[in-house]
Amino acid sequence: METTYKIPSEVVAAKVDHRPRPLGGPWITPVTTVLAILAVIGLYFILKRFIFGLGAVANINNGFPWGIWIAWDVVIGTGLACGGYVMALMTYILNRGEYHPLVRPALTASLFGYSLGGLSVLVDLGRWWNFWHILSPAYFHPDSVMFEVAMCIAIYIMVMWIEFTPAFLEKWGMRDAKAKLNKAMPYFIALGVLLPTMHQSSLGSLLVVYGYQIHGLWQTVMLPLLFLTSAIGFGFAMVIFEAAWASAGFKRDIRPELPMLAKIGKILMGVMAAYLILRLGDLIVGGRIGLVFTSGFLSLMFLIEMALFAVPLVILSKPANRKRLSKLFIAACSMIAAGALYRIDAFLVAYQTGPGWNYFPSVPEIMVTVGLVAIEILAYIVFVRFFPVLPGHSSAPVR
Amino acid sequence: MTINRRDFLCRAAAGTAAVSATAVLAPAPAEARGNLPIPEQAVGLLYDSTLCIGCKACMSACKEANQLGLEDNVGEKLWDTPLELSGKTYTVIKIYQHGTMAEKDKAENGFAHLKRQCLHCADPSCVSACPVNAMTKDGPLGIVEYDKDACIGCRYCVAACPFGVPQFQYDTPTPEIAKCQLCKHLLAEGRIPACAQSCPTGATLFGSYPALSAEIDRRKAMAPGAAATFPRRTVDSGDVHEKAAPQYVEHVYGQSEVGGTQVRYLSGVPFDKLGLPTGLPERSYSSVSETLQHTLYGYLAAPAVVLGGLVVAALRGARDHHDEE
Amino acid sequence: MLDDCQTTLETDVEARFGIQRRDFMKFCAALAATMGLPKGADAQIAAAITKKERPSVIWLHHQECTGCSESLLRSEHPTLEKLILDIISLDYHETLFAAAGHQAEAARLAAMEKNKGKYILVVEGAIPTKDGGIYCKIGGQTSLELTRQCAEHAAAIVAVGSCASWGGMPSTPPNPTGSAGVGEALGRKDIVTIPGCPPNPYNILATVVHFLTFGKLPALDDKGRPLFAYGRLIHENCERRAHFDAGRFALDFGDEGHRKGYCLYKLGCKGPETYANCPSILFNDVGTGSWPVGTGHPCIGCTEKGIGFAKPIHALAELQNQRPPAGYPRISEEQGTGATAGAAALVAGIAGVAVGAGAVLAKNLGKSEKSEDGQE
Repeated sequence: METTYKIPSEVVAAKVDHRPRPLGGPWITPVTTVLAILAVIGLYFILKRFIFGLGAVANINNGFPWGIWIAWDVVIGTGLACGGYVMALMTYILNRGEYHPLVRPALTASLFGYSLGGLSVLVDLGRWWNFWHILSPAYFHPDSVMFEVAMCIAIYIMVMWIEFTPAFLEKWGMRDAKAKLNKAMPYFIALGVLLPTMHQSSLGSLLVVYGYQIHGLWQTVMLPLLFLTSAIGFGFAMVIFEAAWASAGFKRDIRPELPMLAKIGKILMGVMAAYLILRLGDLIVGGRIGLVFTSGFLSLMFLIEMALFAVPLVILSKPANRKRLSKLFIAACSMIAAGALYRIDAFLVAYQTGPGWNYFPSVPEIMVTVGLVAIEILAYIVFVRFFPVLPGHSSAPVR
Repeated sequence: MTINRRDFLCRAAAGTAAVSATAVLAPAPAEARGNLPIPEQAVGLLYDSTLCIGCKACMSACKEANQLGLEDNVGEKLWDTPLELSGKTYTVIKIYQHGTMAEKDKAENGFAHLKRQCLHCADPSCVSACPVNAMTKDGPLGIVEYDKDACIGCRYCVAACPFGVPQFQYDTPTPEIAKCQLCKHLLAEGRIPACAQSCPTGATLFGSYPALSAEIDRRKAMAPGAAATFPRRTVDSGDVHEKAAPQYVEHVYGQSEVGGTQVRYLSGVPFDKLGLPTGLPERSYSSVSETLQHTLYGYLAAPAVVLGGLVVAALRGARDHHDEE
Repeated sequence: MLDDCQTTLETDVEARFGIQRRDFMKFCAALAATMGLPKGADAQIAAAITKKERPSVIWLHHQECTGCSESLLRSEHPTLEKLILDIISLDYHETLFAAAGHQAEAARLAAMEKNKGKYILVVEGAIPTKDGGIYCKIGGQTSLELTRQCAEHAAAIVAVGSCASWGGMPSTPPNPTGSAGVGEALGRKDIVTIPGCPPNPYNILATVVHFLTFGKLPALDDKGRPLFAYGRLIHENCERRAHFDAGRFALDFGDEGHRKGYCLYKLGCKGPETYANCPSILFNDVGTGSWPVGTGHPCIGCTEKGIGFAKPIHALAELQNQRPPAGYPRISEEQGTGATAGAAALVAGIAGVAVGAGAVLAKNLGKSEKSEDGQE
């Protein structure tokens, strides 16, 4: 059995095999260059937005006040960044130490996912200079779902940076500071599990107050549970997804991690099954199942969602498939697509505030999202090259 | 390390229970929040579509009273031509048209006007939604007020409002939410909202909530076609005019929608034709949302308990590790 | 030839009406314009007016105030009344007649006999119909009898003023004398009505001159009103219409809006439901603003049956004939920006790249797995 480690920093002391190490390698590659260009384009439009207002860049309007910057960058972005959350949950709370090597890479992706989601919120907020009100008791409004989401995400981003600090301290050789931090780490880990549980479910709760404005196939008081389940699914899927890309992108040997990924695949299967049972069960119990066939375009979107959720279930139900990264990867991609579509549908497609309103993101708006994603990936690449993130067994490329 | 099966299962169970506790959805009846009532001293408006002649006096008076800019989204940008409520428009007169438009207040081959504005819900979604108390309904008059100094511009109120009322300003780097606040600055001076003050027909009538209720009952009891009087400005202004009583549809819009609104509507054509969302539940969306939210979080008490459990689990994990070393 | 004509006309006009030919032609042109007649009609009118034979007119008065006659006579235009009285042969008019008593009645009967089937009957005032019409008698005859007698052989009947048109002020509920308009009292529909309290003299004159010139009455609406004068709502030509459209109203007499000349709708102006040409033709030839609304008083709807003298002056008008213009936003307005070709292509491109990259990676992973399987 693999050694169990509870705290990311202590991985340093573990067997050389899994110890995280900086990957090293060149900084300027075709991929980083393209990403940097996209990032600059995105930053240009962000600058434009701050000078001329949101309407100068985005197509969002008073019928669709939240566009892709919220639906994609925040709602889906933080969902995709749940890898760190689920791995921390598995490893530290459920004490499944064998997953430890996957924690820090997942945490890194989460860190950037959430940080960028947070930045995206700042870009999207009309009166961004008042953002601190979220954290100021003078302005607290605990009845508001948004208050809870905003506060949890803001704190979680800080918690994740603290969780990640040992990696910096290792890099800069500050062992004393690291030892002190480690003592406090369980508290941060606990927070780091609690906060995403809260706000990932609340991302769904956000829509409850919309009432009739969300189509019946999506509107339900089960939204928080559905969003939480899909977020956990996102998390496990992203761990597989990132492992697959990291192995290809950095030419790492993935085989030592494969047994863990197989187990994750199994868990993912369970999560998907739970999600589908909840989703369909709620529609049946609520008497809204008929809407599946009578809602035109929205029926189609719903069925596509269901199909995307079902694909991983079918693939992962065969143990042989779970041992193959390619199959795991396809299942993870389908889960990610399903979860993303679910959130896009719930926030944008199934949302109708009144007749006559249209929305489709503008090119500059999309470029801002693309730019932010580019920054995220770029930062991840730079980070894993510079800081000890990925398990050390892979630092020497196989080929 | 070696961890025996029993230990693992125990921890797994504890951890799972702790996490899922936050996601338990069965709402405890004791915590369920009902609709907020109409405040005792609530004031409001009655908009009677059958009296409205579409003169837009309310629109121009509103712009003047609230110092709102020109909405120039049509043609040569010479006229104030709002198509809907917007960042520069708190109220707008719209038109329903059908066929030949020969008769006013008829659904078939007729036309009718509608005044769009904030309905000042008893239990507003926007207030429930606002994370920083920028939208409030704290005053005794029950006006849904907006404080730009608190606002962070998240536009959750814009999205949450079932009537699409709060409007965000997308064309400025320092945007605000634009929304009717029932001319609270004029009320403070003992005056009445500009739209009611300027309405030549009393189609927009200001009054206390009970007085407007009585006026609604009075109008509903009129025999269509019989001579009737209609007050202007306020219910008891004494400024009345005579007119044949119209044929109203049965429903009074805003009487029960999402827990009732302080601005209510009478009309001669069905309200779905006027673009108001029909079939809204009597239970406010904010009460559903807040019941759910407080069931889950109980003002952060539940999360605090769960956090305790998680800390214990994490600490135990850390200790196990040290034991092993 | 033309010169001859002009010379004749000039002498005739100067001799008969005591005005310059130039002024006379201006007057004819004004009449043609009032009726909306095409170019050249002024000459026709001039020729008709200057004809030697003037039509005989019998002018009856019933329940009225003689305001219609008075306003006609007291017109500020120096020659209007002269022209009216000179282009027609006013054979009977109770106010203007020099004769009195049996003499006058005899003159009426003589004129009627002489011009049988050719004279024009003008009626001013409502006709009481209750209790055998006893509430108004002239020369021993009730109004009803008198009117019937005169109407029988009239070439045309013109009801002047609101009272004669439908009963006007005397018919205001509860209408104790059973006052009715000429048409209603006689049970006839072929009667020209020129309502107004008083009607504009130009409308009376133009109607008569139309008959003179073309030998027939002008086109009428369903209430017998000449369309040239009563075809449009006052609201449509009102000088204060811009204020209505902008939502600027006088809310009380003497308030700021009233002093600024805002729309009088709220004060009870019946312009939106009253058909008349008051705002364009004005009164008394003294220039702009010389009509009720122009002076700041709301229109009372005196040319409109059921409005004037029936609806309270402060009551609000029902907007008529209102084809709502495009100036109102519809209930559902298309707003926001849908998918542009560029944006849709960009999204499709990104999705394509993502799917493509995923597919390539999955394929490569599959390949390497196969080769590993092979090695094992």
